[in-house]
Amino acid sequence: MKYQIAILAENKPGVLTHVSGLISRRAFNIETINAGYTEENDVTRINIVVNAYNETELNKVIHQMAKLIDVIKIVNISELPSINRELIMVKVKADTPAVRADIVNIANIFRAHIVDVGHENVVLELTGEQEKLAALIDMLNCYDILEIARTGPIALSRGTTPIKNM
Amino acid sequence: MEGSQAVIKCLKEQRVNTIFGYPGGMILPLFDALGKDSSIDFILTTHEQSSAHAADGYARASGKAGVCIATSGPGATNLVTGIATAFMDSVPMVIITGQVDSNLLGRDSFQETDIFGITMPITKHNFKLQSAKELIPLLRKAFALALSGRQGPVLIDIPKDFFYADIAYPENTTENKAAKPDADFIICAAEAIDEILKAERPVIIAGGGVVLGRAHKELIAFAEKYKLPVVSTLMGIGAFPNDHPLYMGFAGLHGRKSANYTVAEADLVIAVGSRFGDRQTGNIAHYIYEKHFIHIDIDPAEIDKNVHSSIGLSGDMKTILNLLMQREAVNNPDAWWKTLKKHKEKFAYEYTGKYDVPNIMHHISQTINKGDYAVVTDVGQHQMWAAQHIRRRTPRTWFTSGGLGTMGFGLPAALGIQLYYKNKKRVIHIAGDGGIKMTGSEYYTIAALRLPIISIIINNESLGMIRQLQKVYYGARYFSCNFEYKMNYVKYTESFGIRTYDVHSMDEFVEAFSNALALNEPQAIIVNAGKAFVEPMANTVSGINTFVNF
Repeated sequence: MKYQIAILAENKPGVLTHVSGLISRRAFNIETINAGYTEENDVTRINIVVNAYNETELNKVIHQMAKLIDVIKIVNISELPSINRELIMVKVKADTPAVRADIVNIANIFRAHIVDVGHENVVLELTGEQEKLAALIDMLNCYDILEIARTGPIALSRGTTPIKNM
Repeated sequence: MEGSQAVIKCLKEQRVNTIFGYPGGMILPLFDALGKDSSIDFILTTHEQSSAHAADGYARASGKAGVCIATSGPGATNLVTGIATAFMDSVPMVIITGQVDSNLLGRDSFQETDIFGITMPITKHNFKLQSAKELIPLLRKAFALALSGRQGPVLIDIPKDFFYADIAYPENTTENKAAKPDADFIICAAEAIDEILKAERPVIIAGGGVVLGRAHKELIAFAEKYKLPVVSTLMGIGAFPNDHPLYMGFAGLHGRKSANYTVAEADLVIAVGSRFGDRQTGNIAHYIYEKHFIHIDIDPAEIDKNVHSSIGLSGDMKTILNLLMQREAVNNPDAWWKTLKKHKEKFAYEYTGKYDVPNIMHHISQTINKGDYAVVTDVGQHQMWAAQHIRRRTPRTWFTSGGLGTMGFGLPAALGIQLYYKNKKRVIHIAGDGGIKMTGSEYYTIAALRLPIISIIINNESLGMIRQLQKVYYGARYFSCNFEYKMNYVKYTESFGIRTYDVHSMDEFVEAFSNALALNEPQAIIVNAGKAFVEPMANTVSGINTFVNF
């Protein structure tokens, strides 16, 4: 099972290493990890998707992570009503007007943006849930995908309570 | 104020009076400051690993944070085994390592090592200093972290140029406030008492957490109130008086049969400061069969980690045990005690006075329990024999490397412990001939300081525990466990200027031990013992009340 975990941590050097190191030491696989500033200056939010055998095993790791000194709060977002988004950029080969037109069409259908275009390629940007991103990639697979970069999902719970107050 | 002087001032503010360590280029500014200040005793060991073990021992005996310092690169990496040992046994330590100048970091400079990265999984927390300004706030935090909650080692890595930096000494504004148990917690405690009163065959497992939580008096009162039998883990020896009528012995893979049967037959296990380590439980499926568990531990992450408990109480051990004593003892444990008394009689060890290690341990136990002594072991067969046969009545009189099982821990730890106990308690150090070859160089420090440690080397010319494992699990194919090449241990310890006794019989041992006790100086006793196996040895596949036949 995949679980989306949100961690609030003090914005200090080594925090990401402490968190990711602990997860791998406890024999869990990190599917994706990303981190960024939050509404508070000195707090970093780390969003992780981990692959765990079941919830009991997951809770053991959450308990271990909660022990890390720099970790302020850790929440399993998967068990809450939440919104989940990921951003992806795809570079596709488009060396003929016909192919370019096709790709622009596909982009429009998915409400993706064309963020760069060259003589031989275009770059698409799409934000959405992972299923939608997968569908786009599936369509683009009919063409020549040169490169993909993605952020990994981030998630927010619904309602007014931020996870720091949970 | 210069950074190095500020560090010394901060150490004094934290009431540190003994530091262990080894010098090197990147930590020399701190040594220079240390040398100018006579109020902190600096103990120079012969190897950084020993510095760490000695600081660990000092911490285990005193309950204060043990402090050790070393240089960057090899100095720091040599500490690693010592830090991991302290981490596994939750020992509070502050480790200061020197690092290359901040502008040389990341260039593979001479003696540069990422000790921050290396020690991340074996410290409670570690710091890599970014600026000289952080020096004092983070050093204070290191002490606070090492000593709070579940204790553990904290490392702080300081680039050399920060020791020279001119910094302001910030005021100490930290305050300690104790948390109060909340309502949920009190409900859980009430449920726990219900379980205890309902149980037909309850047992307490006393672990190292009782010692660390300073809760031995509460534990005795708790056990006595509900007439609960008590077994101890390897780390819990001394947490409960071993001569108490409620005591059933040391439990675990090499536990006393009386203790293992008690745990195996119990319907309710109350674990107090024990983490259900695999050397305690053996096969986990057998262990948990038809049992309920109440788990009391300071670390919430321990609850349900190895064993799923019906009730988990996480917090200060004293507070929890006091909460659990607030009800009338209406349970009736008489039938259970009838069984337990039979176990005690049936499995009582018969001491024949024969010349073997159990009888030697028994003699040590009988002798030292007339006075004030601390026992420090190394790791291996002798450690298990000591745990089985040496009785301890009070906490912090039994020291051993439990979680990590570090061979070579004993002698340097004994050094730290004797330095703390000074004349109050004399240290009896017990080791095997394998472990003593690892850190035996520490006899130099012990002899130089004239510390009155009595060091007993059980010499069976082999790695006994390896031999035992090869016998049981590898078809007695003995490999790399026998020391064919003979070494003269008497000459070895004597070369440090330590008076040494060479023992070949029980009478000789009794005489040597009594002579050693009479002299207030470091001494060694070489016990030339034959090869043997530690019994009982629980079968790891079929439960802790089944045993391997030798």
